[in-house]
Amino acid sequence: MSKKIKTEKAYKPKAKILKKRKPNRSRIGDLFIYFFLLCVAFIMLFPIIYAVSSALKPLDELFMFPPKILPQNPTTDNFSDLFVTMGKSWVTFTRYIWNTVFMTFVGTAGHLIIASMGAFVLAKYEFPGSQTFFKLVTTALMFSGYVTQIPSYLILNKLGWIDTYWSLIVPAFAFPMGFFLMKQYMEGLPMSLVEAAKIDGANEWRVFMTIVMPNVKPAWLTMIIYSVQNLWNQRASMYIYSEEKKTLVYALQQVQSGGVARAGQASAVTVVVMIVPIIIFILSESQILETMASSGLKD
Amino acid sequence: MREYIRKYFALRKHNFQVAVKKAKRSKMCYAFLAPYAIIFTAFYILPVITSIFFSFTYYNILETPRFIGIDNYMSLILEDDIFLTGVKNTFMIAIITGPLGYIMSFLFAWLINELPRWLRTIAIVVFYAPSIAGNCYVIFSIFFKGDVYGHVNALLIEMGLINTPIMWFIDPKYMLPICMIVILWMSLGAGFLAFVAALQGIDRAQYEAGYVDGIKNRWQELWFITLPNMKPMLLFGAVMTITQSFGVCDVTMALCGYPSTDYAARTIVTHLFDYGFSRFEMGYASAIATVLFLVMILCNKAIQSMLRRVGT
Repeated sequence: MSKKIKTEKAYKPKAKILKKRKPNRSRIGDLFIYFFLLCVAFIMLFPIIYAVSSALKPLDELFMFPPKILPQNPTTDNFSDLFVTMGKSWVTFTRYIWNTVFMTFVGTAGHLIIASMGAFVLAKYEFPGSQTFFKLVTTALMFSGYVTQIPSYLILNKLGWIDTYWSLIVPAFAFPMGFFLMKQYMEGLPMSLVEAAKIDGANEWRVFMTIVMPNVKPAWLTMIIYSVQNLWNQRASMYIYSEEKKTLVYALQQVQSGGVARAGQASAVTVVVMIVPIIIFILSESQILETMASSGLKD
Repeated sequence: MREYIRKYFALRKHNFQVAVKKAKRSKMCYAFLAPYAIIFTAFYILPVITSIFFSFTYYNILETPRFIGIDNYMSLILEDDIFLTGVKNTFMIAIITGPLGYIMSFLFAWLINELPRWLRTIAIVVFYAPSIAGNCYVIFSIFFKGDVYGHVNALLIEMGLINTPIMWFIDPKYMLPICMIVILWMSLGAGFLAFVAALQGIDRAQYEAGYVDGIKNRWQELWFITLPNMKPMLLFGAVMTITQSFGVCDVTMALCGYPSTDYAARTIVTHLFDYGFSRFEMGYASAIATVLFLVMILCNKAIQSMLRRVGT
């Protein structure tokens, strides 16, 4: 941080000119790039806009020929219908919400504490096995969860956790992505901070809670984002059988597969499911980018 | 020779004793790492080992596993046509969407890097949103609907290119290309964010030094300054992309159905689900999982050693 400020100060007279335009850029090229970016941004956004707009369409407009992209008479009927449908389901709707919120909250909190404890010692201390363990974690980044799904089922079965909340919560504690990002971010933390606190007589746990954790807030937020995203979209159809423990996304997808009569509600579902992660991302964008700056894989 | 072996073991013993001593002194470290290490081992390392073990057995959960050697692998490769379709589809998807998605992530990160700050913030949200939008991709099934109410069909009919609507997700000809488009749409993920962050972290003084040294255009700047500076992020982005593109299953299952017509949109992971959770042939499913695991790891290693040469 301090290094950055210094260089900017030293180059101040030049930096002012440079900030406006880099000297080796052609104006036509810049214009072309802006135009290109605008087009791509439109393509990226289009399906999302379309999802929102079709959630606002009344049913007769969904089956109009030729189909229109924007709704003619926007209504919120689909959303209120969705609540009516969910109210009629066998398990009350609030139960699904509670399940998802509970699992997301406990899973994320546990992940945050356990993974940052591990990341702290890996980043700041050298001990036998530390390098090997970190290599294992980076290897775990290289295969997706599908590879381990079947043996995980067998292990959870042995533990007797099938059909309980734990079957989703505990594996989420060990999510390697969050651990990896946290460790890389903590590498940048000056060791002198830790040592100063130790000389003042704080024990390891105090150092961790009062010195290290407050200093890595951006990394927390990033961990939270990825963990929430992971748990929020969890359908849990493999590990949980009883209806009263199913998650919100699962329940909503049942509505979605309801066919033609529920086409409007299905789009409303899409909007409900996608809006939460996007809002969390918008709120914490700058912090996430700060963490990502240290995410590189060194040899 | 004997002398050499004796020395080797003496050295080993010495190293081991040093390690034990060090380990004793850093008990605290182990205590901190233990909770994570235990759960990580239980749900990431142990599953891989069990999956390799079960892949050599016949196991259907009810009976005890019976050792059958490499029969599972033999029948996977020699008899299971559907698996081969799955492998073909997965590789097609990975080879096309993987590199393209990776290049797209880098390209857009690089292009928006020079936008003004407020515009950049918006651009990041716009580009990143598809990959976190949950199952928003199902909207494409309305878009490419097989009757005249689908937008694409309606458009094509109105332009007079076709007379009858095309069944986009039922005709094997169109399934994979459409799935690839959807996957590409969602491909600006964690790697993209890492690239954006890396580009902003590059020291400005290096660019200024570059101008003095006669770097003429943005391409030279890219190759000689930008890329070498963000090599670690490039590796991270590659890992994310490869893992994602070989694990394709959500999109194909949601759009083309499960199972899809003629198994035309089957991937390795859908095949895994089919045997693991529908037929409960855990041994066979473990063999599929092991193959997938090996493919992902080998691919990652290969790409990493390639990327290390960038900008040198």
